[in-house]
Amino acid sequence: MNKSIATIALGCIGVFFSGMSLAQTSTDPAPGIVTGNVSILFQSYQEDSLIGAVVPASKSGFNAFSNINYTQGNFSAGFRYESYLNSVLGFPGRFKGSGLGYRYARWVDKDKGVDVTIGNFYEQFGSGIILRSYEARNLGLDNALDGFRIILTPFKPLKVKMLYGKQRLDFDSKLINGDGIIRGIDAELSLNELIPNYANAKLKITPTYSFVSRFQDGGNIIKDTLILELPQNVGAWDYGVTMQYEMWKFGVSRTEKINDPSADNGYIYKEGEALMYFLTGNIKDLSFLLQRSTTDNMSFRSDRDLLLFDAPINNIPTITKTHTYNLAATLYPYATVINGESSFRGELYYNLKRGSKLGGKYGTKMNLVFATSYSLDTTNFGREEGRPDLVYGYQRNSWGFGDSLNVQDISFEIERKFSKKFKAKAMYMNLQFNTLATPVTTDFKGIVYADIFVLETQIKTAKRQSLRTEFQALFTEQDKGDWATVVAEYTWSPHWFASVIDQYNFGNPDEAKRVHYIFGSAGYINGSHRLSLGYGKRREGIFCVGGVCRAVPASSGLEMTFTSNF
Amino acid sequence: MYFNFFKTYSPVKSILLAGVLLLSITAEASAQTIPSVQLKNLTGSTIDTGAIENDGNPVVICFWATWCSPCKRELNNYMDYYADWQEETGVKIIAVSIDDTRSTNRVAPYVMSSGWDFEILLDPAGDFKRAMGVINAPHTFLYDGEGVLVWTHNSYAEGDEEELYEELLKLVE
Repeated sequence: MNKSIATIALGCIGVFFSGMSLAQTSTDPAPGIVTGNVSILFQSYQEDSLIGAVVPASKSGFNAFSNINYTQGNFSAGFRYESYLNSVLGFPGRFKGSGLGYRYARWVDKDKGVDVTIGNFYEQFGSGIILRSYEARNLGLDNALDGFRIILTPFKPLKVKMLYGKQRLDFDSKLINGDGIIRGIDAELSLNELIPNYANAKLKITPTYSFVSRFQDGGNIIKDTLILELPQNVGAWDYGVTMQYEMWKFGVSRTEKINDPSADNGYIYKEGEALMYFLTGNIKDLSFLLQRSTTDNMSFRSDRDLLLFDAPINNIPTITKTHTYNLAATLYPYATVINGESSFRGELYYNLKRGSKLGGKYGTKMNLVFATSYSLDTTNFGREEGRPDLVYGYQRNSWGFGDSLNVQDISFEIERKFSKKFKAKAMYMNLQFNTLATPVTTDFKGIVYADIFVLETQIKTAKRQSLRTEFQALFTEQDKGDWATVVAEYTWSPHWFASVIDQYNFGNPDEAKRVHYIFGSAGYINGSHRLSLGYGKRREGIFCVGGVCRAVPASSGLEMTFTSNF
Repeated sequence: MYFNFFKTYSPVKSILLAGVLLLSITAEASAQTIPSVQLKNLTGSTIDTGAIENDGNPVVICFWATWCSPCKRELNNYMDYYADWQEETGVKIIAVSIDDTRSTNRVAPYVMSSGWDFEILLDPAGDFKRAMGVINAPHTFLYDGEGVLVWTHNSYAEGDEEELYEELLKLVE
């Protein structure tokens, strides 16, 4: 029944838009444009007791989606068709079937400053700390809003976004929204545009203000002898300012959220708060980023009873660098501790110029990144009268660092092109990672101390052909011990590639687990179409996004991916 | 039901089929241009991507991120040839960073230290990425002087810049 409705809707959309575009051909010069993309991921599984890979009942997994957008002048509309038949391992198994997971229509009148969206949309207010609906399709994360959004620019310096909607939670042959209702407003004021003659001034000052509220049916909860009422409306607001002078930029924002007892915070009634600021700039060839943030009890979901990847309204950015090398990126990926953390990041970038004595013919780039995160500086309430320990949990003493280290990640990278045919990059990383703060492993609880070394080289072997290699090693006394990874990738531009990766846990304390995870792949690219085939073993791993991690089981077998854009 | 689409007849399916066919017919006559999204550049000015133009010369739009190694290889290689390409074809390269809030503040220091002369736009919420249908970075689009899409390439391998250069030359011949 639902499928029939979806099919009729789909057909009608097509007929309606086509008719409109034909009807307007004679008067409206703007032609209709169809754009879209397709992504298909197929995996077939084999049993492999050595790595703990099991075969699901369906023996294979198939995830696919296609976005189709129609645009004509100021009008656009579209949908995403999704399939999980069944979903690949590591995805939420409850994603099932085929159907429409996203549909929208939008009308923009730039001259009058009006932009209206109905149906699904993604939106972010400021840094996203009180509202960020987004998609990370490869992780199965999608918290699109479903409702109405209006963006108004009543006069040029001011832009106001208003939205009302529910949030995507699940997919079972159709979109399934979560329980709560989200309301929000965001305003951005350009002071430069407001003051005559300052529109093009180099110093730009932009204050911002956002407010988001969630409604969810309440009720009572019982804690010991207390009967507590759950707040049905939870408001959060964020205000801040960014100041920019050419390439120097400073930003500060302050966030507050009223009490929101939830599964994340153990149903305490403490209010949420956050303070974030950053500075970027450059002094001659040295450029830098300094960033400090403290977030306290800022988890915010459509449904207070949900956890992990489900229906987050906001996103608390992770302080550490997004690493790209296999061992640095996949073994100990840090995720924000959403109940609260105090963190700092400093990054330095320096370029030894082309032609200089040290820089060589093509120049040499270096960067140093230091990122750390600690628990909050707090005191727990005792079992006093009124049981503040059960009601409020704890109080925060300062914006500073607490006693427990979550992560400390220091990395240094140097990159140099030696000749037209050869370039190389080296990285050293020192990591202290608390597996109790980010539970990426069940084998070890505590702080993992690791040193990681990487050497990457690239050699041009012939016209439009090149060989890229990575040699990586991770040394640690804790958890699964030492690892090595070798990557070799050969490309024939612009169409073909082949690569092989071997991850080897050579230092595992348990000799039986000193396994090679080898995965080979090859593919063909033609313009915006890309097809790849792979075969081998995939390690049990952790995907982390926006403060939460999902375990992906070990698997072995064949993989095919196809992506296309049109 | 969907997999037996052409084997059975039903009014519902014919509506769908008619819709899709008409959609493709009307679309065939049109050319792809750059969709309009409001993005900030590195000096804090707001840019409407729909208004991007280059005095009748070609425009290249590259989607990249600070965490994407092939993207950075691609743009670093383009930088080696950029002055020559501009002289010969008048091309302007626009590098759109899809870094989200976690890493968007890294873009300016990285770009400054890399000495890139490209125009950099920030797309932290992925609005422009979605409007352009980009699934994975790097993804590169070439528009002719009229703003019409003429070439596109997903991913990057060493040497792909030669293909882009050939396409650029075709536009100025």
